[in-house]
Amino acid sequence: MKISKEKFGQSFDALTADYQIIAPIADVNGVNYQVVKNFSEVKQDYLNSKLPPKSFLFPQHEKLLSYKKEGKDVIVKNELKVGKTVLFGIRPCDAKGMLLLDKVFKNDAYTDPYYFERRDNTVVIGVACNKIAPTCFCSSMGISPSSSEGSDIFLIDLGDSYQVEAVTEKGKAIAASLVELVELTTEEQAQVDTIKNAQTTSKVDVATITSKLGTMFNHAYWDTLQEKCIGCNACSFSCPTCHCFDISEEVRKNEGTRVRTWDGCMSPLFTLHGSGHNPRNKHEARWRQRMMHKFNYFVQNNGDIACVGCGRCIKSCPVNLDIRQAIDGVNKAELVVE
Amino acid sequence: MNSIISDIRETARQLLADGKVDVVIGYEKGSLPLKATPCFVRSPQDADKLIWDETCENNLAAFATKTAGKKAIVAKGCDSRALVVLMQENQLVKDDLYVIGVSCQGVIDKKKIEAETGEILEAIIAEGKLSVKGIACDKEFNFIDVKDATCQTCRYPNPVIEDIHIGGSVEVPQQTVAFADVIEMENRTDSERQAYFQEQMKKCIRCYACRNACPMCYCSECFVDCNSPKWLTGGVDRAENLLFQAGRVLHLAGRCVDCGACSRACPQGVDIRALNRKLTKDVSEMYHHEAGISEEVKPALNVYSADDPEAFLVKE
Ligand code: SF4
Ligand code: SF4
Ligand code: SF4
Ligand code: SF4
Ligand code: SF4
Repeated sequence: MKISKEKFGQSFDALTADYQIIAPIADVNGVNYQVVKNFSEVKQDYLNSKLPPKSFLFPQHEKLLSYKKEGKDVIVKNELKVGKTVLFGIRPCDAKGMLLLDKVFKNDAYTDPYYFERRDNTVVIGVACNKIAPTCFCSSMGISPSSSEGSDIFLIDLGDSYQVEAVTEKGKAIAASLVELVELTTEEQAQVDTIKNAQTTSKVDVATITSKLGTMFNHAYWDTLQEKCIGCNACSFSCPTCHCFDISEEVRKNEGTRVRTWDGCMSPLFTLHGSGHNPRNKHEARWRQRMMHKFNYFVQNNGDIACVGCGRCIKSCPVNLDIRQAIDGVNKAELVVE
Repeated sequence: MNSIISDIRETARQLLADGKVDVVIGYEKGSLPLKATPCFVRSPQDADKLIWDETCENNLAAFATKTAGKKAIVAKGCDSRALVVLMQENQLVKDDLYVIGVSCQGVIDKKKIEAETGEILEAIIAEGKLSVKGIACDKEFNFIDVKDATCQTCRYPNPVIEDIHIGGSVEVPQQTVAFADVIEMENRTDSERQAYFQEQMKKCIRCYACRNACPMCYCSECFVDCNSPKWLTGGVDRAENLLFQAGRVLHLAGRCVDCGACSRACPQGVDIRALNRKLTKDVSEMYHHEAGISEEVKPALNVYSADDPEAFLVKE
């Protein structure tokens, strides 16, 4: 079934009464997700956003709580503020990225209320990719430029209209509010089929990477891989699946706030202990951690590789350290017999 | 292959074969179009990886302090100035360093191209022109129009120190007005400037690529990472971002060699250079000092003079 963009726009604008809508817009810095009030602001023709939409679920700087000392009492205030949100125009790689973040913030013992309050109040409207960037390699990661996994509603852009697929119960509720869904024409069906068959041209081989990495903790490969890396966090901060954070206090006299901020494994301070000891005191160990976490530990803990092939880290890296080459390097590395 | 590239390779090969250096730090072809990537050559056979063109945008001096052993470095004008400052600040020992000097025509600002063509699929550089195939459209550019902002005002395209020089030299362009860009910024009203820098700081994601790409940022603990006292949380708000950049720019006063590596490294297109250039102009006016142009000239912040106008510096 499809809906004309005009009709869709009307429903979209109507949704702004109940939801905060986040969608891709063209800004000074390319395409990025921001709050929009009107469908006309939405950028239609985009590859993917410069930064991933993860910050709307897991903000880079978040107040967890604030406190105040009054006499002998400490008054604690929860700072969590959440409203109903629609994330519109999410690419399949990023929608999958959110499913991976879900696994991080929920485990047998603990569910992160900050993340899940937002997550549970969020509807994801995914849109298939009609154009595929040369840095995209989602097809190799078991996702495709048209996969609806992770979206509540999934759209395929047909120019003047969208093909609509309601994926989850949440999505069905919203889809019900879309009026005038009509059948696709034969030509449009052919267009949908072409988009559905498209794959990324850039490919990596991750068939055996998890088990291979399991043998590579002590491997000379790490020495050479990391050499040109300047240890910034441009790769982690632009990654839809990276999720490490730090918690610190901002205190002034009798008042304070506890804030959570993103952190990243490429920084030497990431693992620096209060004692002064740093278990990952060499950059080799930090790049090993980046590869191991994404392609081995995460798989062991959560059953999935923590990379969705969006290619953002490749574009952001100031020294062109390309994760696809890093993966190839692991595949080619000689096995160490211990 | 042009003769500069073959001369760089030959030099590297010889240095390694003769055991004069342990490693040659240069550039090789990157995985993306119009992108070179730093490389570390340790055997004579590997010297054939080395390249040289308008995509060699990183400042390799940033690797000099991190790489162990005797090293040769392929250096543009600005890279060589950075090496001078590093030696003056006792971060590098001259005996451990071999400078392969190459005069520089300027490097490409990819962001300018991508703003028009979208993501670059393919690109060919020939005779001052770039043919770019982009995901949005194809376009031809004159190199001069897509040259990095830094390179457009560069007055030291020829290395200031070198052990060998490769290729010809580049004529230094005459400037009609020095620091025209800074003067333009100074002439704006306070609120215009504030609006401009707020807009810039809003984009910053505190990845610290700017700091880490900078050869002059080598402190083992940066004030922004310091835990006790804790200056900043590391989160992104405009005040914290500005404090980070303001702190960085002050720490670079009289030391920044205006290589532009920080701005090019920034994934968010933050105009970091505007701040650095203002400080460079101030230092040049107040101290008549330019960083790293000669080994003999003492850095502005390292000299003491008895007739200093600030009396407290002389006697309290
Ligand atoms: S590692 Fe790179 S390609 Fe993979 S999801 Fe993260 S940013 Fe995307
Ligand atoms: S990685 Fe795949 S899903 Fe993501 S933007 Fe590229 S083509 Fe689309
Ligand atoms: S973005 Fe590149 S240079 Fe920065 S930490 Fe990641 S790999 Fe290293
Ligand atoms: S601050 Fe920027 S321009 Fe100045 S030396 Fe560092 S990297 Fe180069
Ligand atoms: S590189 Fe850019 S985004 Fe990253 S910290 Fe520096 S100014 Fe901010």
